[in-house]
Amino acid sequence: MDFNVIISYLPRYRDALLLTLRVGWQGVFLALAVGILCAVVIDLKIPVLRRIVGFYIELFRNTPLLVQLFFLYFALPKIGLLISPVVCGTLGLGLLGGAYMAETFRSGLENIPPIQKESAESLGMTRMQVFAYVVLPQAVRSSVPGMMANVIFLLKETSVFSTISLMDLMFTAKDLIGMYAKTIECLTMLVVFYLVMLLPVSILGSILERRLRFAEFGD
Amino acid sequence: MRLLGGLWVAVRISLISVAISIVLGLVAGVLMTSKNKIIKAIFRVYLEIVRIMPQMVLLFIVYFGTTRVFGLNLEPEISAIIVFSFWGVAEMGDLVRGALISIPKIQYESAAALGLTSNQTYRFIILPQTIRRLIPLSINLITRMIKTTSLVMMIGIVEVLKVAQQIIEANRRVSPNAAFGVFAVVFILYFLICWPISKLAAYLEKKWAA
Repeated sequence: MDFNVIISYLPRYRDALLLTLRVGWQGVFLALAVGILCAVVIDLKIPVLRRIVGFYIELFRNTPLLVQLFFLYFALPKIGLLISPVVCGTLGLGLLGGAYMAETFRSGLENIPPIQKESAESLGMTRMQVFAYVVLPQAVRSSVPGMMANVIFLLKETSVFSTISLMDLMFTAKDLIGMYAKTIECLTMLVVFYLVMLLPVSILGSILERRLRFAEFGD
Repeated sequence: MRLLGGLWVAVRISLISVAISIVLGLVAGVLMTSKNKIIKAIFRVYLEIVRIMPQMVLLFIVYFGTTRVFGLNLEPEISAIIVFSFWGVAEMGDLVRGALISIPKIQYESAAALGLTSNQTYRFIILPQTIRRLIPLSINLITRMIKTTSLVMMIGIVEVLKVAQQIIEANRRVSPNAAFGVFAVVFILYFLICWPISKLAAYLEKKWAA
């Protein structure tokens, strides 16, 4: 292990980490937005849209991100849609994550006992009020653990971006190994940087989960 | 139709890994429920590592790292199987642990009251129930593995995506727009493989939920 090598590589890894994080978080937020929207569409049983959303969820849950990215990045330009790697990565992550988030959130919505809605309606709330004040807060709370798992999963999946020449951690490591053949140092740094990125998220996830469980009704 | 050949490679790797994961995962799961603090801590760290490290990183470590450190020259396919099993055992172990915990304590107590030894309790009472809860979850794991095998092209295994790229390259002159069609086919292929499997898992889960 050569520490001089590690130090000289640090700036490149830092840049890569920042890029990974930026694309990762954009993707995660897009995923959350898409997921919640889709889950609401399915829950409210909007006629045609529901079918389309259902198909989208099944399609993206059952194909690998790599294939989706290849499709976005290499196939779409052929029919005239040219996208930059960053946008492509964000979009891919957002679409994949959206499908997973939608599933998680939908099961959160489904797990709310019907009596909650009925009680709210009997109190004279409108449908929108029921949804905004009664259903949504509970659904969000019960789906947080699943969502955190999804966030970690999505941030992990960013490693795939290296294939569409986005300069993320994986790409940097591969590049440096290719150029200077310091395999051990590069791989060690790769592992350390992923730990730095994901360990806090994982810990935050378990803290959140515990706190939410603490505040749960009954039990 | 060389794509199908590539798909077979992907499916083969995931099936072998799943088989290994299920066997070792059962053992790991039982160990995870043990009261011993050290064993618990070891598995906790193991699980956390697998959860946090992207599979791609693990693939690189096993494929390129071992060559450097031990001078071992692993076949790409072997390294892929090692990584997927490593990952699968952790996930499977956690599923088994979850399933074991979810079995009410009264089952253990009743078995003990009937005079069954702890081995017998596991074999006749706990395992059959656990397996029923496990099957849908492990089927999901299989689809995740099949999807993740798309990464193995990065360590030089010729699977679906690699074949797709080769086809596109080979026909660059004849049909420069082949990329769209070929990648669309790959997209659909993966969907056709994984979708029925995950539907089956959802069906079994609903059927056996009691």
